[in-house]
Amino acid sequence: MPVATMLGREIHVDEEGFLTDPSEWDEELAKQLATNIGLELTDRHFEAIRFAREDQAAQGETPTLRRMQTVGGFPTKELFGLFPKKPAKKLSYVAGLQKPVGCV
Amino acid sequence: MGIAERPFTGRRLLVLGAGTAGTMVVNKLRPRLSRDEWEITIVDQSEEHHYQPGYLFVPFGAYRPDEIVKPRRRLIDRGVRQVTGTIDRVDTDARVAHLEDGTALPYDQLVVATGTHPNPDETPGLGEPDAKERGVHSFYTLADATALRDALERFDGGRLVVNLIDLPIKCPVAPLEFAFLAEAWLRERGLREQTELTYVTPLDGAFTKPLAARELGGMFDERGIGLEADFMLERIDLDEKMLVSYDEREVPFDLLVTVPLNMGAPYVGRSGLGDDLDHVKVDKHTFLADGHDDVFALGDAANLPTSKAGSVAHFAVDVFVDNFLRHIEGLPMQESFDGHANCFIESGDGKAMLLDFNYDTEPLLGSFPLPEIGPLKLLGESEFNHWGKLAFRWIYWHVLLPGRPLPLSTSMSMLGKQRPGEPAPATDRDPQEVVL
Repeated sequence: MPVATMLGREIHVDEEGFLTDPSEWDEELAKQLATNIGLELTDRHFEAIRFAREDQAAQGETPTLRRMQTVGGFPTKELFGLFPKKPAKKLSYVAGLQKPVGCV
Repeated sequence: MGIAERPFTGRRLLVLGAGTAGTMVVNKLRPRLSRDEWEITIVDQSEEHHYQPGYLFVPFGAYRPDEIVKPRRRLIDRGVRQVTGTIDRVDTDARVAHLEDGTALPYDQLVVATGTHPNPDETPGLGEPDAKERGVHSFYTLADATALRDALERFDGGRLVVNLIDLPIKCPVAPLEFAFLAEAWLRERGLREQTELTYVTPLDGAFTKPLAARELGGMFDERGIGLEADFMLERIDLDEKMLVSYDEREVPFDLLVTVPLNMGAPYVGRSGLGDDLDHVKVDKHTFLADGHDDVFALGDAANLPTSKAGSVAHFAVDVFVDNFLRHIEGLPMQESFDGHANCFIESGDGKAMLLDFNYDTEPLLGSFPLPEIGPLKLLGESEFNHWGKLAFRWIYWHVLLPGRPLPLSTSMSMLGKQRPGEPAPATDRDPQEVVL
């Protein structure tokens, strides 16, 4: 597994750059991750990120956009505004989670 | 009424759903469980069994509807009690399934095998009663596939759009196959030049897995099929005849062939067994439902991270049967399912390709060894694969459903597969870098 260095720390990531260990994440790192993909985080971004992390910790998997909407109360349309073009991937990347399972 | 009260002193296995997985499981278990000790009951809302892989061919006139439907009763072992009815809910504390007509079916062990189903009402525009008249079609039910056949008969060129709304869907390669078959069909009809064919998907490529996405993407290019990726559909605008995404991209169509959101049976959610899409949350190696030791889910009804497909149900049932016989004796389940899937992809012009993969190994190139018949080409087109796919309908009715053995390994094998050589080793890329 590749190791990236961010904020002077060693961060374990997968081939696409997603964190592999959610415990290496904190909100400071989230801001750095956001900068990597050209985003600036607002309070609303953090609300979505916190829900995604809590839900992942409880369910064992990254919430889908559908779940973000139905359970978390974050309308898909709004998530497209917060995380343009690829909200599911960008949200999970910034939240230090694996991207939602790509079903085959 | 009377059904539940019939005196029986042994134990009861109740199977909900008489589709591919449910039929196979009762037919395999009945000969292996003593009739004095175990009563087996199977419930389905329909008297018919549909060969669902056949739906794909109906729009092109290759199968008549009556070729892919059989009465359910004859397909099930005579030692299995059959009940027709719609399931209302399962009370897992009391171990009783309640049907809408008031029948109560008690069980000692339950198998949920009620599949996954298209839900057009979940997408604005798609559920409208006049959607078909406005060129919005699907082929995931026999009625829809038949209506699409009639619409294609009338089609004289324009914008033909093939779309899937969200994953997971059953037979995830079917929309790709539809695009390939449609392209070949348009050429035969002399309509190809006046038709713009576009494939619109929420995925970032033609398929989820990298190697297959690359090969399939190449096949799109060869056939002049446009690819509109990362398209998260918000609504279908029936007046303007276009797909509209959440990020406000628009794809106009004259004829749309879409795959509605797939969800498990509604009673699954009402019974507290489901995920957000009413698929049963299970252990991906044993199919035991989370938090239960007397509820299993098999086939498309389960939330396994592999394809929802008949091949998966077949391999899964093989693993399940041996495990179940141990489980009811109080022994630990020893077999572990690896997510094995094996799918033919029709690519048009009488050819098909074959994908073979599992939880850990993506579809690879190479050949697939088949005892007595010979190797099939993996991830590449061949006429032989196409005949394999057509022969499968006979195998389905006469070998698979009765629970007879097929010469296929339950676990995926690396035999004949080529490890990918070309993609750059992952270690070469800068771990600081992210591509989104």
